Amino acid sequence: MAAEIRPKRPFRWHIGVFLAPAVLVYTAIMILPLAGTLQLSLFRNIEQHQVFVGLENFRTLFGDPNWSVNFWNALRNNTWFFIIHMLVQNPIGVMLAALLSSPRLRFSAFYRTAIFVPTILSFVIVGFAWKLILSPLWGVAPHLLDLVGLKSLFTPWLGKEEYALTALSLISVWQFVGIPMMLIYAALLSIPEEVIEAAECDGITGMSQFWKIKLPLILPSIGIISILTFVGNFNAFDLIYTAQGALAGPNYSTDILGTFLYRAFFGFQLQVGDPNMGAAIATMMFVIILGGVCVYLFLVQTRLRRYQF
Amino acid sequence: MSTATRSLPRTIGAHAILLTYTAIALFPVILVIMNSFKSRAGIFGAPLTPPTPGTFDLIGYTTVIGQGDFIHYFQNSLVVTVASLFFVLLFGAMAAFALSEYRFRGNSLMGLYLALGIMIPIRLGTVAILQLMVASGLVNTLTALILVYTAQGLPLAIFILSEFMKQVSDDLKNAGRIDGLSEYTIFFRLVLPLVRPSMATVAVFTMIPIWNDLWFPLILAPSEETKTVTLGAQLFLGQFVTNWNAILAALSLAIMPVLILYVIFSRQLIRGITSGAVK
Repeated sequence: MAAEIRPKRPFRWHIGVFLAPAVLVYTAIMILPLAGTLQLSLFRNIEQHQVFVGLENFRTLFGDPNWSVNFWNALRNNTWFFIIHMLVQNPIGVMLAALLSSPRLRFSAFYRTAIFVPTILSFVIVGFAWKLILSPLWGVAPHLLDLVGLKSLFTPWLGKEEYALTALSLISVWQFVGIPMMLIYAALLSIPEEVIEAAECDGITGMSQFWKIKLPLILPSIGIISILTFVGNFNAFDLIYTAQGALAGPNYSTDILGTFLYRAFFGFQLQVGDPNMGAAIATMMFVIILGGVCVYLFLVQTRLRRYQF
Repeated sequence: MSTATRSLPRTIGAHAILLTYTAIALFPVILVIMNSFKSRAGIFGAPLTPPTPGTFDLIGYTTVIGQGDFIHYFQNSLVVTVASLFFVLLFGAMAAFALSEYRFRGNSLMGLYLALGIMIPIRLGTVAILQLMVASGLVNTLTALILVYTAQGLPLAIFILSEFMKQVSDDLKNAGRIDGLSEYTIFFRLVLPLVRPSMATVAVFTMIPIWNDLWFPLILAPSEETKTVTLGAQLFLGQFVTNWNAILAALSLAIMPVLILYVIFSRQLIRGITSGAVK
């Protein structure tokens, strides 16, 4: 940059102008309220006054059985929710993107458009539509299973404790598989033609070309997708809320951190809402998400850098 | 590419997998829309067949249109989404340019600060946001939603866009500087057109959560005038839980405008991604 060679350079106002709008909006609407919420977790409402109680709320969260049982249950469920996404959503997304990006594939625009459709639908639509489909009342799911001779496998999945969470995770996978697909697809298209041609000259084609040439080159995108999935899953809320309600039934088996936070924060049925306990749960979610992101930034991303052009 | 890399079985296999997945992706949507045009007996008697003259019935739609104000809700959603998207893309691209183009003291710290928002869901700050909106008199206005969604969308937009802006050739920008272009002209005339494909990607990822959000409309703007289509549909579905005709019709009405919008928009998006200006 020419300006850096000169010993005295004028103050570069344009940097401030470029940054100011984003930084102002972001700080005022996001960072300050978040800090305010973290601060709330250290207070407790005693006789209409906010009193500083240190880590007392967290002691309640982990020590009081009324809270800790629910908290660990939600955390366990949330982890399973995430595992299913990583094992099902992302491999399917990568596979679809790899197929779509193969040269001269016909109808690829149609496939791409169609597979992305569920992603644009709101949780309200997805939750209700699947609730209707899986409902034993309507009978679409058992009828379809009957066509392939598997009718005996049908149970009301959303109503059974042991299946409900997995069923909801798969619904969420169904909805969001378009996002990894699109990101990987864009990454695959940005691989330079010369690299592919060089591979072909060396006789590497088809599947082995994908595994040996393309996959290493799109690893940074897979890293980004993984961390986006992690963050998205650990503050998920809407799908569970629309499909199973705030109580995350049956018997809390689909309770994840988001729904647990909602019940603590705003109260539900007989339980009175407690903003301070809600803030404590929000702080725990913050810590979990921060931990995952640090792992990504310092372990995963620095190692993947070298593959980039 | 040489014909040696193509083979018939592989092509058929690829189409088979893609067709299967397309069917899985579209089946629930088609099922809901199809059954919304049927009578109650048709819905339960033969859910998998398209409406026939015998089962065709618009009772669901007449119930929904008699009850809800979906067109108005839809307008609200559209205003909120388009305005937030505009601000996210403009402010996000500007900040991404500043971070990726200039070296200044605190650059990486600023990048880290702005990236914080990718990992922290803005929802965790809801109580303080509500207090802020009450204090500034913005409760039950679309402005409140636009502000929140702009803040929510910015971090990811900046993160993705600055990755892409680093790939824009320095020679091009320096050539512009030698020709006497201001930094603003370089940004708006040279860099922005080159990152348009990534802008399209960011636009989609920003738009979806805004359009689908239930939480902030419920808390910040639940009044009849400012209800978004997602909130309207949720409340409506809650009321008509046993009226399957009305539910299916309401779901279809919520799906169809988005689908139409998406089909129009997706051409833009796909052209953006595949034009491959960023390499």
